[in-house]
Amino acid sequence: MTALKPTPPSDAQPMYKKREPVHPKLVSGKFRSFKFAFMALALAVYYGLPWIRWDRGPDAPDQAILFFADGKFYFGPIEIWPQEVYYITGILILSSLGLFLVTSLFGRVWCGYACPQTVWTDLYIAVERFFEGDRNKRIKLDRAPWTFNKIWRKAAKHAVWLLIAAATGGALVFYFHDAPSLAYNFFTGHAPTTAYVFVAILTFTTYSLAGTMREQVCTYLCPWPRIQAALTDEDALNVTYRWDRGEPRGPHKKNDTWDGRGDCVDCNACVTACPMGIDIRNGAQLECIHCALCIDACDDIMKKVGRPTGLIAYDSDKNVELRAAGQPAQKFRLFRPRVIIYAVLISAITALMAYGLFTRSTFELNVLKDRSPSFVQLSDGRIQNGYAIKLVNKRIDPKNIRLEVTGIEGADVSLVGEEHGDLDVEIPGEGVTRFRMIIKIPEDAVDGNDRLRIVAIDTETGEQDANFIPFSSPRRN
Amino acid sequence: MSEHDKDIDAATGVETTGHEWDGIKELNNPLPRWWLYIFYICIAWAVVYWIFMPAWPALPGMGTNTPGIRNHSDRALVAESIDALRSARAENGAALIEASVEDILADQDLRQFAMAAGESAFGDNCATCHGAGGRGAPGYPTLADDVWLWGGGLDEIQHTITYGVRQENMESRFSMMPAFGRDQVLSAEEITNVAHYVRTLSGLEEASDASIAGQEVFEWNCVACHGEAGTGDQFQGAPNLTDRDWLYGSDMATVQATIYNPRNSAMPAWGERLDETTVKALAVYVYALSGSEG
Repeated sequence: MTALKPTPPSDAQPMYKKREPVHPKLVSGKFRSFKFAFMALALAVYYGLPWIRWDRGPDAPDQAILFFADGKFYFGPIEIWPQEVYYITGILILSSLGLFLVTSLFGRVWCGYACPQTVWTDLYIAVERFFEGDRNKRIKLDRAPWTFNKIWRKAAKHAVWLLIAAATGGALVFYFHDAPSLAYNFFTGHAPTTAYVFVAILTFTTYSLAGTMREQVCTYLCPWPRIQAALTDEDALNVTYRWDRGEPRGPHKKNDTWDGRGDCVDCNACVTACPMGIDIRNGAQLECIHCALCIDACDDIMKKVGRPTGLIAYDSDKNVELRAAGQPAQKFRLFRPRVIIYAVLISAITALMAYGLFTRSTFELNVLKDRSPSFVQLSDGRIQNGYAIKLVNKRIDPKNIRLEVTGIEGADVSLVGEEHGDLDVEIPGEGVTRFRMIIKIPEDAVDGNDRLRIVAIDTETGEQDANFIPFSSPRRN
Repeated sequence: MSEHDKDIDAATGVETTGHEWDGIKELNNPLPRWWLYIFYICIAWAVVYWIFMPAWPALPGMGTNTPGIRNHSDRALVAESIDALRSARAENGAALIEASVEDILADQDLRQFAMAAGESAFGDNCATCHGAGGRGAPGYPTLADDVWLWGGGLDEIQHTITYGVRQENMESRFSMMPAFGRDQVLSAEEITNVAHYVRTLSGLEEASDASIAGQEVFEWNCVACHGEAGTGDQFQGAPNLTDRDWLYGSDMATVQATIYNPRNSAMPAWGERLDETTVKALAVYVYALSGSEG
């Protein structure tokens, strides 16, 4: 640790910390092309998905992806009810494990290519570049006085940003409503207030996060960079400056010898290309989103000075250390314990969810025992318990359900309102039907620790759902 | 600020706030700019809020507060949603009035609606005495079992709820057990004997000299209402004395006290307080609690 030196106090110490503007220079290369391609794909998926139709019959929504419609989630042929929300949990768990897996293999590819913050920031920078020119022109424009030229360029940029922001919010609400009718209602002023509120909120967040806050979101707001250090290791492929090859750095004149010096000509191309405003040559750092644009920038320079490309490349810390020590680099180790653990976890959870999805029930039985009174004794001495029976039919068609009660001899079972002893009921489709079940058992057949098994059987398919439920009676020893 | 002497922390070079606690000083580090902007936005938002929403206490003669141009009122919104709820219930509610209680119980949809409405009405109006789920309490009949003072059929329950017990209206359930002790109809010994006899009816005690003596008292004074065998009479609300169910308690002292000075407890006529839909829903719910007419 170096001792902190007191810095001289300034008179006009500001009350806030000013952001250093970052003006990344446009680079060309395979990573830049890939990033643009991926951005196009990601935006197409985001804007397009809600418009895909899926026929589910006359009484169900025909949107392929729809969230919270009557509390249900629709994913193509899959319909998830609120009580099956563990599938959503499963998807979230799979997503985070997927992130862990790719991070331990290739570092922060999520941050660099797929994160909405990256995609939209990249889009916003492209708009900025379109109106204000590349890095140098932008820096010059920022410093220039407010002429008409500057005003219209800035105004146009912010207008297009706001338009994109509104479209971003606009697309999100389509995931929660029937997209075509909502789009019509939205522009005719008849959409629900929540739709306008959420479009407004997302317009604001998109505009501020991608337009004005940008790299500060990753550095200050996002927890992912902080978790990062625990997920990556010396074997992971990260965007790495190969200092073993680059140092000692320094300017290089044509025809000078390359002996005794590194390949880095200190041209700053990697720094000016960086959307995070950092210097990759300082090593792995929290701010780096591993977008690989510095690789493109550096490769371009290396070709120009006639040195091999890959001074900055996807590489592991271990290999850089090995080469620096004069040893040959290792091959990329795909099968490491953590990679295998993540892969196994992902396959296991996927298999579990698929199994659950394919074998899940078309109806559900929920039995709630009366708590007050937990039992009554009838005038003939029998013990009576009351139960609330809920039958959930997840299909549109009605079902015929037979209820069976086993577990205690001599139980007299009836459903209130039905013929005594008739336990065959028809339940309507898409909903919950409630019954009240009364069970009477002779006093000498129970001892206070009894349990019943109540089974609901679909009389057509034979599908069953069972509940175990206590039968209360005065405790006898 | 600038005329003050600045207190600069030596280790970091950052100005301190000048506050000191046991030698510990607080650094005055700058706020991030976005944070500051959010603060300004909040202030601007407050001004917008004043314009649109009720906010400031009003000047005299302008009501309680500035209304705001949206004329927002939480009270009006609540009234609106209660109206919406009423109209949403109107269809099923109207069906409840049309249908007889038997029809309501037999129809799956109406039954579910009546059970839900009845459950909430029961919790608001009945559970105070009869207990949650009609579990009962000393003096307040258990509604979840098969013992009924005034009859456990749907129509009988509906009648009892509508007109109450021992109320002044003509339809009310009404009967009055004489105060055999207080009015000096029976002597203390006779009361003790008949109490012993009553307890033998449901097997609470063995026959004894006292109970045999009490049987004669019973035949002279009690059979008119409770019946020769003591099985009671639902037309008069006379409890069955041979079953295991005791409204006030089955111990000797309680039985004696009841004969000496009966309680003759009452229930309000709910038809005067609740609408017909609610009373019908309550009848169905109370019937369903026990599921049997006894």
